Amino acid sequence: MSCAGTTFGLIAYIAVSWSLAFFFPQSVLAFLLFEASLLLIYYLPVHPKMKFYMGASVLLVLMPVLGFVNGYYLEVAVQIGIYVALALGLNIVVGFAGLLNLGFVAFYAIGAYLWAIFGSPQANAFLPGGFFPLSPAWFFVFLLLSVAVGALAGTLLGLPVLRLRGDYLAIVTLGFAEVVRALVNNLDKPINFTNGPQGIAPIEKPPLFFRPLLEFFGIQFEPAKLYPLYFYFLVLSLVMVIILVTRRLENSRIGRAWKAIREDEIAAAAMGVPVVRTKLFGFAVGASFASAVGVLFAAKQVFINPESFTFMESIGVLAMVILGGMGSVPGAILGATGVTILNLQLLKGLSLWLNSLRQSGAVLSIPFLGSYSLSQLPAQFEPAKYERMVFGLILILMMIFRPQGVLPPREDRKL
Amino acid sequence: MSLLELRDISKRFGGLQALARVSLKLEEGMIASLIGPNGAGKTTLFNTLTGIYRPDAGEIRFQNRPLVGLKPEKITSAGISRTFQNIRLFSHMTVLENVLVGMHSRTRTSLSDILLGTRKFHAREQAAKRKAMELIELTGLTGREGEWAHRLSYGEQRRLEIARALGAGMNTSEAYSLMNLFKGLVGPYVQAILLIEHNMRVVMGISHRVHVLDYGEKIAEGHPDEVRQNPRVIEAYLGQGRWSENAHG
Repeated sequence: MSCAGTTFGLIAYIAVSWSLAFFFPQSVLAFLLFEASLLLIYYLPVHPKMKFYMGASVLLVLMPVLGFVNGYYLEVAVQIGIYVALALGLNIVVGFAGLLNLGFVAFYAIGAYLWAIFGSPQANAFLPGGFFPLSPAWFFVFLLLSVAVGALAGTLLGLPVLRLRGDYLAIVTLGFAEVVRALVNNLDKPINFTNGPQGIAPIEKPPLFFRPLLEFFGIQFEPAKLYPLYFYFLVLSLVMVIILVTRRLENSRIGRAWKAIREDEIAAAAMGVPVVRTKLFGFAVGASFASAVGVLFAAKQVFINPESFTFMESIGVLAMVILGGMGSVPGAILGATGVTILNLQLLKGLSLWLNSLRQSGAVLSIPFLGSYSLSQLPAQFEPAKYERMVFGLILILMMIFRPQGVLPPREDRKL
Repeated sequence: MSLLELRDISKRFGGLQALARVSLKLEEGMIASLIGPNGAGKTTLFNTLTGIYRPDAGEIRFQNRPLVGLKPEKITSAGISRTFQNIRLFSHMTVLENVLVGMHSRTRTSLSDILLGTRKFHAREQAAKRKAMELIELTGLTGREGEWAHRLSYGEQRRLEIARALGAGMNTSEAYSLMNLFKGLVGPYVQAILLIEHNMRVVMGISHRVHVLDYGEKIAEGHPDEVRQNPRVIEAYLGQGRWSENAHG
């Protein structure tokens, strides 16, 4: 294979798609092409070192620069990152250990509320002293804390629940997520812990600890531009850490034990795998990832309420894992990215396009059928409104034509 | 003192007495077979022995250590490992991974070593993989270690099961035994084998002792030739096909 040719082509592709996105900041298509470059970098047969350099330059340089041109791109990237992290967490539970968890969002909510309560004046409602909100510097402490709290929550849920298998486990986890949501919805009285359905605001953002450094170099940023960039890099680092941890676990005795349990629990037990402990650990790891992402989410949103943590969210993350390929890290990443882009960009883009067609009042004339004024196009016809249907269709088609997902785990992994 | 001793094991599932006061002894260096018609309780006995079920009554001692109540993984690390009557490989894991799972209780790496990817972690992984490759070679599966287990042919899957069980149970010394027959395994690799087998030629050919179960009860025990003559055994097998033929489970 012509490695050099592919490498050159890939670089050219990145350059062209990036310039397109740079010079046409409103074009969804250009941005999509640019996003696809990461997929190509992963897929094409290029020297691993080159892959690393190209991936790094896309993620660390090109993407942030685009974010300056159009802030919305960074928002999309951060959303993608959040879902990638969630999907990777769920992939451990569902993909590796084979435990169907329909309530994954509960752990995400726990992390989000952890920082929301203490990183806002909310905690003053039940703790004396008026110490709250905590200063932004505590954000990182809470990020670490959330890992522990998530793991604890996962273990506590897992202890009674992991004796169940398959469908029963799925139903109990679903119930757990609803319990968590009902709790945050109703814990505003008698003591106001969560502020109920009104949600919590304003939540502190992470500290700008690097500000002095920037000022030293004479770089001035207005916070409105700086924060999206900051969140982008925070999410990126979190995702990188999660990928690293997942990879390490996957290729260790723990990962093998998870997969053995998924394949055949009795045989795994007979081989000396401590089934309950291994399952619990999988639950805890997945939960801790979700919880850490929750903290980031709360800080980014500034405002959270129980609405962000519905059952549909759990299903969405599960769909990402299934679409991408259960038990595969690249699969989970691709699934999360694809679905988020579909939701945030493709369907919205189509809606906008249809809207502009409607407003243009153009008349479509079809031979033999007469003419049709586009302004009559019903508003219900917007793709963004039937997002879930598109989603369902994709899932059904996938189950028919590629049940193992887009990027299923590969057989001949390096030994 | 026997290597393994089951005394008066009983197990009940609702109205079904799956095992009724079954006793069995396995001496070191011995191959014993467990036979009996379908539903006689052979698999239940194995599940009880390996800790998947807990017997309602009775005692199991292995190297004079009581096993009843221990979890399956503890029993495995005590030194009893099992392959299954129906092939129960981890089908979507590679051949190498299957054997490595077998070695699970023998590879000790701490979580921090794994997460930090320390040198110790890599060294242990490498050592485990070397050992696993040795077992793969022994069972004649070299060159297929990267393939998923369900891709293997039936015979290869059986051999992989043996490699996996070897990983779970024994400390492999310099392995040069070329036999993947059980006879060759007893001694250098395992202390004794308890076998559920339907193929009577195999049973008669290699067992030192045969135990016959029927309706959860042990109806006969002894040397293969003795058992073959036993009227109760013949009776139990009547209607199951001819005694000399293979009965399929």
